[in-house]
Amino acid sequence: MLRRLTLILGLLIGLASLESQPVWADDANIVLKRLATDNYGDIETGITALAASGIASSEAVLNALADSRLSYRPSDKAIFFKDASGQWIDAATNALPSEQPTGLKPVKVNNRVRRALDAALGSMTLLSADPQKRMAAADAVFKSRDATTLVALDSVIAKETDPVVRQHFEEARAAVLILKPDASETDRVGAAEKLGQRGDQDALALLNSVTEANASFVVVAAASLAAKGISRRLALLSTAQNAWYGLSLGSVLLLAAIGLAITFGVMGIINMAHGEMVMLGAYTTFVVQEIIRSKAPSLFDWSLPIAIPLAFCVSALVGLLIERTVIRYLYGRPLETLLATWGVSLMLQQAVRSAFGANNREVGAPSYMAGVWNLNGFQITYGRLWIILFSLAVFLALLGVMRGTSLGLRMRAVIQNRRMAAAMGIRTPVIDALTFALGSGVAGIAGVALSQIDNVSPNLGQSYIIDSFLVVVFGGVGNLWGTLLGALSLGLANKFLEPIAGAVLGKIILLAVIILFIQRRPRGLFALKGRAVEQ
Amino acid sequence: MKKLISKMAVSALVASSLVASIAAKAEDTIKIGILHSLSGTMAISETTLKDTMLYLIDEQNKKGGVLGKKLEAVVVDPASNWPLFAEKARELITKDKVVATFGCWTSVSRKSVLPVFEELNSILFYPVQYEGEESSKNIFYTGAAPNQQAIPAVDYLMENEKVQRWVLAGTDYVYPRTTNKILEAYLKAKGVKPDDIMINYTPFGHSDWQTIVADIKKFGSAGKKTAVVSTINGDANVPFYKELGNQGIKATDIPVVAFSVGEEELAGLDTKPLVGHLAAWNYFESVDTPENKDFIAKWQAYTKNPKRTTNDPMEAHVIGFNMWVKAVEKAGTTDPSKVIDAMIGVSVPNLTGGLSTMMPNHHITKPVLIGEIKADGQFNTVWQTPGTVVANEWSPYLEGSKDLIADWRAPLSCGNFNVKTGKCGGKG
Repeated sequence: MLRRLTLILGLLIGLASLESQPVWADDANIVLKRLATDNYGDIETGITALAASGIASSEAVLNALADSRLSYRPSDKAIFFKDASGQWIDAATNALPSEQPTGLKPVKVNNRVRRALDAALGSMTLLSADPQKRMAAADAVFKSRDATTLVALDSVIAKETDPVVRQHFEEARAAVLILKPDASETDRVGAAEKLGQRGDQDALALLNSVTEANASFVVVAAASLAAKGISRRLALLSTAQNAWYGLSLGSVLLLAAIGLAITFGVMGIINMAHGEMVMLGAYTTFVVQEIIRSKAPSLFDWSLPIAIPLAFCVSALVGLLIERTVIRYLYGRPLETLLATWGVSLMLQQAVRSAFGANNREVGAPSYMAGVWNLNGFQITYGRLWIILFSLAVFLALLGVMRGTSLGLRMRAVIQNRRMAAAMGIRTPVIDALTFALGSGVAGIAGVALSQIDNVSPNLGQSYIIDSFLVVVFGGVGNLWGTLLGALSLGLANKFLEPIAGAVLGKIILLAVIILFIQRRPRGLFALKGRAVEQ
Repeated sequence: MKKLISKMAVSALVASSLVASIAAKAEDTIKIGILHSLSGTMAISETTLKDTMLYLIDEQNKKGGVLGKKLEAVVVDPASNWPLFAEKARELITKDKVVATFGCWTSVSRKSVLPVFEELNSILFYPVQYEGEESSKNIFYTGAAPNQQAIPAVDYLMENEKVQRWVLAGTDYVYPRTTNKILEAYLKAKGVKPDDIMINYTPFGHSDWQTIVADIKKFGSAGKKTAVVSTINGDANVPFYKELGNQGIKATDIPVVAFSVGEEELAGLDTKPLVGHLAAWNYFESVDTPENKDFIAKWQAYTKNPKRTTNDPMEAHVIGFNMWVKAVEKAGTTDPSKVIDAMIGVSVPNLTGGLSTMMPNHHITKPVLIGEIKADGQFNTVWQTPGTVVANEWSPYLEGSKDLIADWRAPLSCGNFNVKTGKCGGKG
């Protein structure tokens, strides 16, 4: 223990005078060679030794190991790491070797090594000049609860000026103290209170592991009091979180169903190939990303905005083709339409399978869609947030087209009274084709968003077709607002049922409820007059 | 009457000549059936296995075939439709006269063809890891039984990661349900409290994992080290792993060990957030042996795709096919009933540098490998059994199956022999 403390002190001094230090190549070699092995346990102890050694290159070596850029030469156990330019640097001298080494073996990493790395890097970067790095270091210590960092923590807390970073430091200190058997009772009670204020799952986990076996009665009482406070808060939060999940599932359902709300809801075509339009949109996104990856990688963040209009065009064109070649001969014959579109859907699936292979394709997430926004314990993932906003935007845009454009006016006229519309000089077959193309195109746009959360595979569409019909029928055939409300209420109901009944039973209950509802109100939430009703 | 007799004679003549011509045709080549879905939901996994078989047959023909005859593949598409599997199997055996069939992926498809293979006394090689609790005279199981995959994985987590709390998450069908039943009994036998086990099932193709992943996170914050044992199947895996990444669950906090996620599934994913999550298999593409390097090079040359991945069920087909070839050469005939007897005891090299042997229970011996996902979508083997493991087709941890054994050697010749009652047939 004392030895480790002195090592830490040495490390602190070492870090403080890092710039002016000579490189101790011989000593460094001995410590570094411990990493030149295939044994994970040895690598783990090597990391701890390296972190405590104060060798100039240690931070660079550990970072390289974390990014798997570290290798060793089996012949003499020399350690090298790759720098940003892809050149091997000799870790012992922290300089370019006279010639680039060959026959290197990578130093392998597993979860144990990774944990040791996080802890070591955490305690090494507590003094970093960058507040972001200091914060990350504090969080790493919070996880590793490495008692040897306590002295360092106390000194950095005293010096820290940034209140947010200081908060993280204090929480890290509390995490170390709460389970340290030889810490004073006041320190541990204080730590329990501090963790209680932090109030998240991680703090709760720490507080729950305080028991009579490892703490005095007073500490256990303080910990369980703090844990109760956190549990209460988390129970409230989980309701809000469920509502958020429901909203997010609802937005996915809305996206999947909104194209169908046009082709089935408005035109009355039982379009089983709807899911494949969504799939085509997702594959368009994949193709766009592949081209961007190979031709202009810097544009990657723009891949989705570029894919949206293209996906619309691809799916709309395919939709137009299907309407002109198949569906227009089958108007007014719902059963034949069902079979024909189902056949089309199988053909499209197999075509995509032949063109792209049966395997899933990787569609990457742009940087603004990755990560979590933590609102005091309430977690919002950016990807989901964007999808909710996007689905609402698509909904409003579609509503705008139906209400505000002359095409929309004609569409509504044909739907309400086909003969009268034809008599007024509207070319109804053209409007039919355009309406179907619009619905298909919107499904293609949905595919762009769904490629972010689901498999991009030939089966993508099939997993959404049932849910889409459910939403449209439940919301009321022929009404866009009904589709919106139907999607959101189904999403919310699903997510509130899931924690209680489980995913499988929850879905069954929901289907049963919808069947009962449709029995009472066959036309769904909102019933509209239109061609679908007349038939 | 005379007329009738002559009519019968003519028709008999026609029939016999027909049979003769078919037989003559069948003499030219040895036909091998390939029964893998090429369309529908399972096509994603099974298409590769069809290609593997075509590659293996091609390789064997380059070496001169078997018993001096060329092999010919008969490919049918059961289209992920379970009853169709049985129909296609019957068609392969009776119409195409195949002498052995390689096929099936899901347990339900295997259960569907099993009576057909038993009735017509033909051979099926089944290459996928499965829940056990079965041994048929006509099926050779080249995939892993639970004790060749699930139980070593749990042991690894218990010993090396000191896991005390367990989430058993699976898709709602027979393989996850049986595997989780075995695992639950095993964990309890190891002293894990019922409170420390959470079991969760989801429908096929489940895509919204937000609530369940949040639940796992909550379950994992009880102050004990937690791990997820995943028997989630097929397409549901990608959204599951995406959600884990989204909610920031790292392998260093809550590791997930999967039994149905291989190189193929990871191909559709950005694996950087998943680094360190685990999978248990009997083979990884990254295994560093000369046999494996040679196989990958030839396979990629055959498919003309330098990026084509390999996976565990493919290795199972490689082993199964080589075993069949060896057994046929040993028996000197392709007659299924003789080959079935010749199969037991046959040993062939596997791709991980050892020998796999066909045991009397119609399962093979395999090494068990635990791998961590790397950033490039491959696995880094972090642990491996010292030798190969013999399959327990009947789990010793389940009531009703712990007294059963399978041994297809004469005089026992039984797939479910009860050692307590000393009788063949039926559960306990």
